[in-house]
Amino acid sequence: MNKTIEVPALARVEGEGGLYIGIKDGQAAEIRLDIYEPPRFFEGFLVGRYLQEVPDITARICGICPVAYQMSSVYALENALGVTVTPPVRALRRLMYCGEYIESHALHIYLLQAPDLLGHESALSLAAVAPEVVKTALRLKKIGNQILIAIGGRSVHPVNVCVGGFYRWPDSEPLKKLLSDLEWGLEAARECVRWAATLPYPELEVDYEFVALNHPHEYGVIEGVIWSSKGRKLPIAEYEKAYIESHVKRSNALHSHAVDGNSYLVGPISRLNLNHEQFLPQARVALKESGLKLPLRNPYKSLIARAVELVHFYAEAIQLVRAYQPEGAAHLELKLKAGEGAGATEAPRGLLYHRYQIDEQGCVLFAKITPPTAQNLPRIEADLYALAPQLVAMPQEAATLTAEHLVRSYDPCISCATHFLKLKIEVK
Amino acid sequence: MSDSIKPSVAVYKFSSCDGCQLSLLNLEDDLLDLAGAVDIAYFLEATRAVKPGPYEVAMVEGSVTTPHEAERIRQIRSEARFLIALGTCATAGGIQALRNFGNADELARMVYPHPEYLEYLDKSTAIAEHVKVDLEIWGCPVNKHLVLECTAALLQKRKPNLPQYTLCMECKLRGTTCVTVAQGMPCLGPAVQAGCGAICPANGRGCYGCFGPVAYANTESLTTTLRALDRYAGETALLLRNISGYAPAFRKAAETLFSAEVTSHKDPQ
Repeated sequence: MNKTIEVPALARVEGEGGLYIGIKDGQAAEIRLDIYEPPRFFEGFLVGRYLQEVPDITARICGICPVAYQMSSVYALENALGVTVTPPVRALRRLMYCGEYIESHALHIYLLQAPDLLGHESALSLAAVAPEVVKTALRLKKIGNQILIAIGGRSVHPVNVCVGGFYRWPDSEPLKKLLSDLEWGLEAARECVRWAATLPYPELEVDYEFVALNHPHEYGVIEGVIWSSKGRKLPIAEYEKAYIESHVKRSNALHSHAVDGNSYLVGPISRLNLNHEQFLPQARVALKESGLKLPLRNPYKSLIARAVELVHFYAEAIQLVRAYQPEGAAHLELKLKAGEGAGATEAPRGLLYHRYQIDEQGCVLFAKITPPTAQNLPRIEADLYALAPQLVAMPQEAATLTAEHLVRSYDPCISCATHFLKLKIEVK
Repeated sequence: MSDSIKPSVAVYKFSSCDGCQLSLLNLEDDLLDLAGAVDIAYFLEATRAVKPGPYEVAMVEGSVTTPHEAERIRQIRSEARFLIALGTCATAGGIQALRNFGNADELARMVYPHPEYLEYLDKSTAIAEHVKVDLEIWGCPVNKHLVLECTAALLQKRKPNLPQYTLCMECKLRGTTCVTVAQGMPCLGPAVQAGCGAICPANGRGCYGCFGPVAYANTESLTTTLRALDRYAGETALLLRNISGYAPAFRKAAETLFSAEVTSHKDPQ
């Protein structure tokens, strides 16, 4: 049986991409995730900039996860200078990341993916029939943004992050005032997990290699080692030895692979499978209540993984806000020297790796950025191949939606990915 | 109001980070009311549903950086009664306009092993360099409340109330002590359009110009003062040549500084 599925412009993803699936005799003959998001050359124009400008510039790679770009940059540059931030700075960085996870996950769960599961075009059409769900979603998301505003002045491209810490300690009062909202959010996030567990996910089981940061004392987000379900544990500085990019002619894109040739998965499913023991108790309970069997191998159910993480990050935000007290200098006085450093943190959609070389005046000589979506692209395509036999049996509209839904479930950030994608832009 | 008399709105993405469109979705308290007051006819970031044009209002995020985008913006203009350029990419070329100061082919070779696969223009340019723009809302990202104000003004058929003063006024309004005067930090505030709420000085750092130059920016006087305060080679010049670097006032001011400093600092791309 033959079938062609074409989605010229994917909706409810960040950035611009299209999807083409050609099925011949019941098997996928051609699958293309077309990335027509234009290249913006970030690694190129970081060269020649002063190191304190880097977190402001890399934030602009992605409006949805600017904190991830700022964090991976500052850790890489701090490693280049051989400095470590103080524990209170580190705690505030975690809190900032909590804000980003909350806004990004709430956006993806309710506004980007859930409409697929509930038969809607968008959360706006969903709001017409289930206004309470959408109002809860918007409030959950808003609280994450409010954390970012309290720390960084605004939620998109916050301005307080610098190499060595923060420009200044945020005032305590606006943060403490969020506590009642955060308590509400924690309950709403638990409810979100229960609700997420009841949604009708398409069936697909994939044998993934899971890759995520792992930290011995906390749910891995900043620092730690890069852990793979194949047993590989590597310091961040050795990431490029194990995960390499190769040119795949079929998609005209550079894809990331592990050295053994495997494509691998980054993002919430990998984090949950590898690091669930480090969840805070509230998230461990939520995970148990969700009834998920680990390891989770259904990409569509990443929504449930996000919901459980939402519980974790609300619970962690409450702890960190309660404990917050400015202490010592907000940032280190930097002694500049020439050097090279790598940094990796877990963006909401997966591992984000940066490496920089700087000269003795703090001027960037080289920059390399590997975003999560770039690492997941080969997996998305492989999953679509695995899905193809199911698609054949479906009516056209259902098959198109199921394929689109798969891509959306990865929460791909195409705006991010194009800084490295070697793409051919097809003008149609 | 029924759909038939609600003004239709289309939201488009060009070369950008998605942050300005996200700012629309970040209107959490007002999003459902806004969606009730207008007919969202095209907004891929939010919905699969697409209604055919023409549209009453087109909001365009991003700059023009590819031949395809140069064509597409003309098509969008032809289908829109009122076109809004949303954010500093759309109003000045944005951060990706840093390519305009170097050689785009060289940058492509630095980042991509097969630059021949890419289609791009030499320069990243503002929407107004390609088509008539009816309203520009600056910011990286835009201030969502100003976008809401402009939308409300359009619905009420009045002129939008956008701040016409500099960032300095916002520092005064929030009681922030001047970081240049008190701490000797370079800050672009005296030449920058208000709109962000002066968040950088409030966080103990100088403004780096996300909201672009004011119409009457006296960059000559400003750069004379700031250059003397540079804490690293070319700080003031780099502040100018950043997010809004291709806006004419900042472009000229930075060019003057870079040509003066050519022996002491390496010019970034």
